[in-house]
Amino acid sequence: MNGMSDASYPDDLLYHPEHDWARVEDGVATFGITWYAQEALGEVVFFEPPAVGGTVSKDEPYTEVESVKAVSDVVAPMSGEIVEVNTALADSPETINDEPYGEGWLVKVKLADPDEASSLLDAAAYRALLA
Amino acid sequence: MPSTAETALRRTALYERHAAAGARLVPFAGWEMPVQYTGIRDEHLAVRREVGVFDVSHMGQVQSRGPEAEAFLQRVLSNDVRRIPEGGAQYSLLCREDGGILDDLFTYRLAACEFLTITNAANHEHDLAWMQERAASFDVDVIDCAPEFAMLAVQGPGARELVRGLADGPLPPRMHCCQRDVSGVPMFVCGTGYTGEDGVELLLDPEHAPAVWDALVSGGAQPCGLGARDTLRLEVCFHLYGNDMDVHRNPIEAGLGWCCKDGTGYIGAEAVAAARAAGTPEKLVAFAVEGPGIARQGNPILGGGVVTSGTFSPCLERGIGMGYVASERSEPGGRLEIDVRGTTRPAVIEGKPLYRPKGP
Repeated sequence: MNGMSDASYPDDLLYHPEHDWARVEDGVATFGITWYAQEALGEVVFFEPPAVGGTVSKDEPYTEVESVKAVSDVVAPMSGEIVEVNTALADSPETINDEPYGEGWLVKVKLADPDEASSLLDAAAYRALLA
Repeated sequence: MPSTAETALRRTALYERHAAAGARLVPFAGWEMPVQYTGIRDEHLAVRREVGVFDVSHMGQVQSRGPEAEAFLQRVLSNDVRRIPEGGAQYSLLCREDGGILDDLFTYRLAACEFLTITNAANHEHDLAWMQERAASFDVDVIDCAPEFAMLAVQGPGARELVRGLADGPLPPRMHCCQRDVSGVPMFVCGTGYTGEDGVELLLDPEHAPAVWDALVSGGAQPCGLGARDTLRLEVCFHLYGNDMDVHRNPIEAGLGWCCKDGTGYIGAEAVAAARAAGTPEKLVAFAVEGPGIARQGNPILGGGVVTSGTFSPCLERGIGMGYVASERSEPGGRLEIDVRGTTRPAVIEGKPLYRPKGP
């Protein structure tokens, strides 16, 4: 079976309308894709992390996740420099389906402008967007 | 502007079953079809290991019936139709005069002067018109039967056992067909498929399709969508019309010269014979990506060529595909570089099929 059984959108995350999340802690954000995104994509079979040291720009694609059928761009919810990538996903990309907010995180980014957080959605607003 | 009725997607007799099962439904060749139920990989592996059932009711059927039905089909189909016995099946192409491929088809001989040809959904209307135009000089009726049939494919090492248990008699061998009652419903049972596994395809009255579907699923068949159908066929290098060949490709470059019998006088025979004799600038090859990455349809092959089908192979657990390259570098073992959205991925040309089913 694919993914988690029920939709979930944790309250402690910030959301981008392109179905990405960010968890901001001390000027560094962890990025991933939402339950909705992994469900729409289907079982993830390939993820090649971007390079550490690369920069990402808010609202711009910074990597791809692939299901059997399709490739999907992943959009950066905030801007900054990639300081860590989830290399474990190369061997078990399905973790993105199983734990999209936990072990399925994609990258950690040192934020260029932490104030960009104010433009993101809280969980309630993201749920409203999906409704 | 097209009316709403013309643009509305058509639904098969099994639409309610798909919706109730939580299938993801997508537009495909004018139909609303299930692309997956539980997941493409699960469904794919169910067919390789056990049994799966596909709704392929979007496919079309054309009946050719009459004293000159055989002569007519010999003229329009690329293979030697005379060699189909009663109750037999044959794969062939529909070609233009210039050898360009209009469709690939299975034809069943139901009786001496009665044939049923299965068309691809996207090509059905055109195939039908093409055949009817060319039937005028033969004593044959060419009839659109698509509305009369639902079509289910039951595929996998356990497919025959499952269907046999529901049938009123033995099943036809591979590449044969016969009439049977399955689950009490009269139908054509055909020993054909598009997965590389053993199995059967069922042609039946759409009204009874939901009951037969339910019996197959109750009997253990995993409902499978078009997503798994695509990965299964690509692992065994079956062509997909519109991807791996089209009207701008001839059978020789597509690797389908084996089903073109140039002496039979079919439309396109001269062009195909010429291409066979002269060779073609390009050939369709199968490849496996080395290392990470999944090549997709349309990705350029460096040095000339293009990927026509590409996916992730659930059995081989790597990117696989088919594509056209220059004939002089089309031999198995040859190395390719594929531009996968800006990243160059190495691949190796492999023999066909890429995956060899293990059988029951």
